Formats: sequence, structure tokens, C-alpha cells
Amino acid sequence: MSSNLIIQNKPNSKLYEIDLVKASNKELVKISTNFSLGLNLREMKTVQKYFQKQQRYPTYLELETIAQTWSEHCFHKTFKGTIKINNKEIKSLLKTYISKVTKEINPDWCVSVFEDNAGIVNFNKEYGIAAKVETHNHPSAVEPFGGAATGVGGVIRDVLGVWADPIACTDVLGFGPLNFDYRKLPLGVKHPKYVYMGVTAGISAYGNNMGIPTVNGAIYFDESYTGNVIVYCGCLGLVPLSKFRKNAKPNDIILLVGGKTGRDGIHGVTFASTELTEESEVISRPAVQIADPIQEEKVKRAIIEVRDRELASAITDLGGGGLSSAIGETAERYNCGAVVELQKVPLKNKDLAPWEIYISESQERMLLIIPPENLEKTLEIFSKEDVDATAIGKLISKRILKLIFGTEVVANLDMSFIFSPPLSQKKAIHKKRKFIEPILKEPENLNEEIMQILSAPNIASKESIIRTYDHEVKGNTTLKPLQGKYSGPNDAAVIKPLQKSWKGIVISCGMNPKYGKIETYWMAASSIDEAIRNNIAVGGRRIALLDNFTWGNPEKQERLGSLVKACEACYDIALAFKTPFISGKDSLYNESPLGSVTPTLLISAVGIIPDIRKTVSMEIKNPQNMLYIIGKTYDELGGSEYYSSKGFLGKNVPKVRPKQAINNFNAITKAIDSNLIESCHDISEGGIAVSAAEMAFSGGHGIKIDLLKIPNERIDRNDTLLFSESNSRFLIEVNKKSKNKLEKLLKGTVFSEIGEITEKPNFSVNGLNGKTVIDMEIRNLRKSWIGTFNREVKKNKTRRN
Amino acid sequence: MDFQILVIPGGFSFGDYVRAGVILARLLSAKLDKEIRDFVEDNRAILGICNGFQVLVEYGLLPGFEGISEYPEATLTTNIPQGYNCRWIHIKQENKNKCKFTNNIQFGKILNLPIAHSEGRFLFPKEKEEQLIEKLYENDMIVLRYCDEKGELAEKEYPINPNGSLEDIAGICNKEGNIFGLMPHPERAFYWWQKPNWTKNKQISEYGDGKLIFENIIDNLI
Repeated sequence: MSSNLIIQNKPNSKLYEIDLVKASNKELVKISTNFSLGLNLREMKTVQKYFQKQQRYPTYLELETIAQTWSEHCFHKTFKGTIKINNKEIKSLLKTYISKVTKEINPDWCVSVFEDNAGIVNFNKEYGIAAKVETHNHPSAVEPFGGAATGVGGVIRDVLGVWADPIACTDVLGFGPLNFDYRKLPLGVKHPKYVYMGVTAGISAYGNNMGIPTVNGAIYFDESYTGNVIVYCGCLGLVPLSKFRKNAKPNDIILLVGGKTGRDGIHGVTFASTELTEESEVISRPAVQIADPIQEEKVKRAIIEVRDRELASAITDLGGGGLSSAIGETAERYNCGAVVELQKVPLKNKDLAPWEIYISESQERMLLIIPPENLEKTLEIFSKEDVDATAIGKLISKRILKLIFGTEVVANLDMSFIFSPPLSQKKAIHKKRKFIEPILKEPENLNEEIMQILSAPNIASKESIIRTYDHEVKGNTTLKPLQGKYSGPNDAAVIKPLQKSWKGIVISCGMNPKYGKIETYWMAASSIDEAIRNNIAVGGRRIALLDNFTWGNPEKQERLGSLVKACEACYDIALAFKTPFISGKDSLYNESPLGSVTPTLLISAVGIIPDIRKTVSMEIKNPQNMLYIIGKTYDELGGSEYYSSKGFLGKNVPKVRPKQAINNFNAITKAIDSNLIESCHDISEGGIAVSAAEMAFSGGHGIKIDLLKIPNERIDRNDTLLFSESNSRFLIEVNKKSKNKLEKLLKGTVFSEIGEITEKPNFSVNGLNGKTVIDMEIRNLRKSWIGTFNREVKKNKTRRN
Repeated sequence: MDFQILVIPGGFSFGDYVRAGVILARLLSAKLDKEIRDFVEDNRAILGICNGFQVLVEYGLLPGFEGISEYPEATLTTNIPQGYNCRWIHIKQENKNKCKFTNNIQFGKILNLPIAHSEGRFLFPKEKEEQLIEKLYENDMIVLRYCDEKGELAEKEYPINPNGSLEDIAGICNKEGNIFGLMPHPERAFYWWQKPNWTKNKQISEYGDGKLIFENIIDNLI
């Protein structure tokens, strides 16, 4: 940095100004880079113009404040900016696609969407469900344990930030192959196994310590996740609707509560808005915060008491951007300004500079807005919990942000300027790429194939990880992630949050990164379908969706083009299903020396079940029952586990046919409500074969299937029928006594009885030519399924004395 | 002394950043030692669940061979295999008649409860192990032991014994039977809908096995 651009007001002072006013374009870019501001030239010029008009130099703190607020992480420039694609101009991805769905459906059960820290939908008359899913990819790549743990901590605070009591966590993770060749690992990239161990340990440490059950999730493996780990942390909360307060006004006090502020988590958001490089480790290590779940537990208790006694007028969490985001956004929301005295902020290290105090992302902190008359009572509550609570400033009616450090004014900015960054203008292209279907000789029997697919990392049991998460704490988890004696993979989790009501919350997710390698539109469509059908399969309905995008650098036109396509699918499919989006988050710039991340959209689904006693689990219940399929099978092996096991990607990616899908979903819901279904499992990765095998070995009974009976679109191969991953399909187990009733109810739906449950503990399949194509003992199938990630079991048999 | 039962529940007191339960035990003894001693002396009931069990052991209230010990006489240490483990297990009630929390539950009855901990392996100092185990049996201080669903003791086989606990111990009481600690969570097995397999047997029984323990101690008070 040419030091002649820095102007020190007083000798030895930590306060300095930047000579921006006369800086050339080149110097502007240099200032942005050298101070890690992450602002592009257009943005820097907007800043320059503002200060030229003010006829003064900006303080460094002012520049940081602007950089934080305008960062991709805080402002979502790409999603809010304009995009030119194939001669079309999109004003804002968010408004054109995602939030438009909600606006058009306009359900009366949505309480607050895309507005607060978390989305809120009705649970019953008194309570709302708050839901949020965060991405924490960048910090987890640099420091897996800390990055993942603070991801959980952060999303829990998001839920607290809408006055909700957190009741359940979710987590969906993506790693590189655990057997990745060490010699191919570039400098600065950590080995997937190290990242996997650290991330899963971080998640369990935070959720378990805070006493919030981790009830749903998934783990995916993909080459591209080696350099770009994916960490999605979600949280659900319950909020008494009458206590959901948002009425802050000038003169209300800004109260900072929770942990002390330190040097951990400086520049987290600007870091998260750039690509990872070899130097990320050195440069960005301070960007990762340190987690203290016990502190957050105490903060939570105090906040719930403040809520119940109705002492505050607003609340928000301190996440990305620290105080700068929390104070700025709160003042903006209530159409106020703010005055803050930074020297009042309790510190971990006494020598923090004012700019560090203002943007530090130290964890376990929340911001409350308190009317002056309630301040004393509020402080008492926090002191009872032994948690710091400090009045650091107040809201004012003048629309300025004024920051003071001791006797000096260190920032004085117009609110209207801070919150109107120049809209980003990006270009995107979408080109149809050419893919081909592989030419595979059909194997005569598929025993080997089913074994191999069951043990594939994306299919194999994740029990060894799931059991390190406490999924039962609070005692409300009525459908657990692992089902029964054989730890079967349930499609969704069900929580019964209220003692005196049978109503439950159903939580599920969908993610199909492999399809995105072929076409992101169908990847997004499939993720939505999967999240919804998982929810439907256990008895969920009235579903709200959350979207989380992990993408590569949006400056690269083709990447941005694929993002636009995925957003289009979100609009088309969610609108057709009448499932509104209520909250979301994007993480772009996921690029490493190994290349860009595979475009990955996580869809989380939050449904309700009116009576948890109707919940259906996935394991086979009784021999003599019959097996039905709901939905049609198409030749859709593109991106499938079957092709992947043969080393191919293919072309025919699964599509979503909304009309058929809605029919299937409604039929399942009706059948569950009429007690006609003994068990139900969705058909997804690995197709009918994997779904049926999982049902069989999770229940401890055999299944016999006849492929001639499977409704399909011109399929003449056993392997295609068994392994195709067509969407919107379910397998259900039905008691013979219910046959007539069920078939009547299913009228108008594509369905068929395809087999039976057997005493003989075998999974056997009759092929199209009448010959047996699979015949395996279920315990052997289960062995392959649990073997991949099984925790090392030591037998400690000792002789009793 | 307004209360008849003191329950220390589970829940990572102070993050278990040192030895599990040790900080809360020291805090309790610094702030409430006299009250707790009076409570015990008056033969009132104390229950420690999971982290609470760890606290009772660190406090010296359990096993409590000769009353409250100055130093812990046993420990609940890191699981074998290592790591946090959340699962449903079976345990057998093996207390003959002493424990106030189980004396109405039939000897040998198999209970189904969940565990969720990473430090649940009950252990004595190696050199005193044999002698102290003997003492536990002699004084009828063993209450719950890990077993399979048919009641066959685990003999440390994972995951039937989920943490490698000595003698498959899941819960013990003191010599007087008024202090009881256990690693499983009876409060998470109170209602039928908390059970892991209720969707299979829809002929739903009213309650889970955890209720027996709470019922038992309350019956003893009345």
C-alpha cells in the first residue's frame, strides 16, 4: 500500500483516514485489494463520489462499514443485481424467481418471509415455526471444526433473532472422496478425511452442548467438494406469535449481549465473498470464529425471558459483518439512524482498533433494542445468567450512522448511502452442452450391482456420524433419523414440540448435485421434488421450502448462466407444487485450486403433520403384506448412482412432471390419513432397487418384486427399471385387508402392486424375461450398506471374575 | 429443606471442557455443600441422569462406600469405542431391594432407554478394581446393567454395552440407596411416542420404561 494514501490524524492513533478523494482508478482498486474490502472498481467509484461530495476523506472504519454492508455475503449482490443472459435482462434473481413464488402463492400461513433472520410460518393458532438454513463453506474449508461449529451457532442465533426458541437442527454436508490421493492434493487444500472428521465433530460439539437435537441431514461426496467443502447448517424454532415483536423506534437503546468481542472473525464476510486460494490458510485464519456453545445456551435462556416479559422492541443476531451489519440493518429496517459508542463494547483483547470492534464476527453475541424504561429489568435478566449486556448506543430519528470512539467521531455516514450500493451488473450465458448416454451391456444378473451401489458413499449408511449427533435431546423427536432396531434411513424427522398437542413438525431435505453436472434446471427441480416427497412420505404436508445455493464464481458467465437456470426451476416447480420459499441463503465464489464446486442446491422442506400418531416410518413391518409402487418410471439414469458405479455420467437426467407428482403426493397423504400404509419410502438415488432393499433390511423381512409389474415409459431393460432415479415415486407396504380401499383411493394415479413381503429374509427380483435378476440375503445387503462408514468396532470381551 | 428429591439432569454442564461434571460438582460443593450434606443425612433422594451421574461421582456422593468421599472413588470416562453415541439400549434392573428409585421394579426386568454421551464408561482405579466391584455387589449398589433385548448381559460387547463400562454398569446407587446415578435418559423414554419403534407396533402402550423410575421414587415418598 502506498502509505501516502493513509492519513494519520494524530501520532500513534489507531484512527486514520484514507485519501480516496483524489485516488486514480488504479489506486482505488489497490485500496480495495490491500485492505481486503472486496469492492470492485464501480463500487469504489461510488464511494469516492460520495466523499467528494462530502468534501472529506473517509475514515478507515467508514470504508470497512461500506465494504461489509455491500459484500456478497451481506447484500447478496448477485441475487439482487441485474443479469444479462441470452438477450434477456433479469432485474433480480431473488425477486424474479425465488420470492416471486411466495408472492404468487401468497399463503395465509406464512407469517414472515425473506425479511427477518429466519422465515416464519404458522404452526398453530399460538405458535409459529421459524426456520433458517445457513451456509458455512468458506470457514469450514480453512478450519473444519471451528467453521462447522460456528455455522451451527450462527444459525441458532438466526432463529433466536426472530424470538424463537430453537427446537431442532439440521445439517447437510458435502466432502471430497475420503480416499482422495494425498499426492494430488494442492497446497492449501486440506484432505477430505480431515475436513470430514473436523466438520462432523464441530456440528456434534455445538448442537449436543447446547442441547438442541440434530434431527435431519445428509452427507454427499463429490470430487469438486475436495477443495470446496459444503456445510449447510439449519435450525428450527418455535415462536409464540403474540411475542413476535418488531416495533423499535428512535431513542430505544442498543444493547449488545453475549460474548466479548475479539479479533476472531475479522473479515469473515469479505473472505466468504472471494475464491479460496493457497494463501487462504494464512490470510483468512482470523476470519474463522471460535465457538462457545455454553455461552450461547445462557444467552438463549436470557433472551427467551426478555421475550416472554416483552421487554424489547427488536432483536437481531450478530453474524456476518458483526456489529456493522446488525446495527446498520436494524436502523434501516425501522427507518432510523443510530449513534454507537464503540469504546463501550466489552473486549477480549484491550487493544482492538475501532474498526476491528465494529466488524469483528466474534460468536455468541446478539443485539437487542430496548425502550429506555425497560433497560434495568433487561440488564437484571442477563446478570442473573452471568452474561454480559452493555448499552452501546441508541436509535435516533436522523437517518445517519454515527460511530464514536472515546471523544472522536470515527464514522458519520448517511443511512441512505450505506443501503443503496450500486446494483451489480453481470453477464451470463447458458449453452446447452452435449452429453451422451453410455452404451452398457445389460448384466444378466444384478447382485453385484446392487451390492456395489448400496456401499457407494452417497447411499451407504451414515449411522456412524448420525449417532454422534444427539437427535433425541428435549425428548420431542418422535420420528428419528435412524429407524428401529436396524437403524433404517427415515425419509424425514418428526418433532412433537408441544406437550398438549398431537401436531408435529416434519423436516426433510433434497439435494442432487450429480444431476447438476448435466443440467442445473433439472437438478434444482429434482431437489425440490425430493425434499417434498421425503416430507410427504412420513405424513408431512403444507410444506414450506428453504433454498441454499452453493455455486462457483458468478463473474464467470457460464457459471452464472447455470445459476439462472436453477432459479428458473425453483420458480416453475415450487409454484406448481404451491410450496412457497420462506428463507434462503447463497454462497458463491466456491472455487479452489482444484476448480469450481459442482453447482449444489439444497432444498429444505418444513411441513406439518396434524396428528403424529399417523406418522409412517420406512421399514417393512410384516410378512404377508404387499408392496406397491406409486408413480411412473422413466429411462432416467443420467447422473444416477448406477451410471456412476460404471464410471459414466450419462444424459437422461430425471425430470419433474408436476401434474403427475402432485397426484402422487396427494394420494400418499390421503392413504396415510386413512391408515392404509404400513410403511413408505421415497425412491431416489439408486432407484427402486435401493429403496426396496433399504425397506427390507431395515425391517428384517424379505421382499419379492416382479419387474413386469412396474409402470414405465418404454423401458425394456431390468437395470434401467431397477436403478432409474425418476422423481415423484414411492414404495409403500400395504396390508392385504386394505387392498380394495387403497386401490379405490389411488384411482387416477399411476400405481401398481409390484410384489410382496416375505418370511424368507431375501431381496429377490424377477426380471422382464421371468428370470431372477437379484436374489440376495438381506443381511448381506445390509452389511454392504453399513460397511462403508462403520465405526471401528472393538470387541472388549473380558472374562468376569 | 423444602424439597424431597434433588435431580441433577443431563446437559454438558460447563461444556464438559475439563472432566465431565467436575466443574458443576465443585461449584455445588462450594455453594451448597452444607445443604447437600443435610439432604443426604436426612436420607432424602438424589437422582443424577447422564451428566448428573457424572456430577454425583465427581462430588463423591457416588459410589459413597463410606458416605460422601473427599475425592472421587470412581469415574465415568471416555467411551470405548471413542466418541459421542446417541442410541437406544437395553438395561437390566439388578438391584435387590436397596435403591429407592427401583425397589418396586422387578429384579431382572429389562428396560429400554436411550443413551447420549461420550463419557459413560464406569471405571475404578485399576489396583482397587476387583475389591471395589466386590464391594458394589456386597452392598447391593449395582442397579442397572447393559444387556441385549433378551436380557443376556453385554459382557462389554459393543454396541450392547455402548461405552465399554466396567461390569456393564449403567447405573449405581449409594450404600443407603437414596442416591442414584445412571447414564441412560429415563426422561426421554417417558411417553410411548418417544420410543424408537412405535411406528411398528401401533398398539401403543401408554408409557415408556423411563416412567417406572420416576413413579418408583414418588411412590416411596407417599
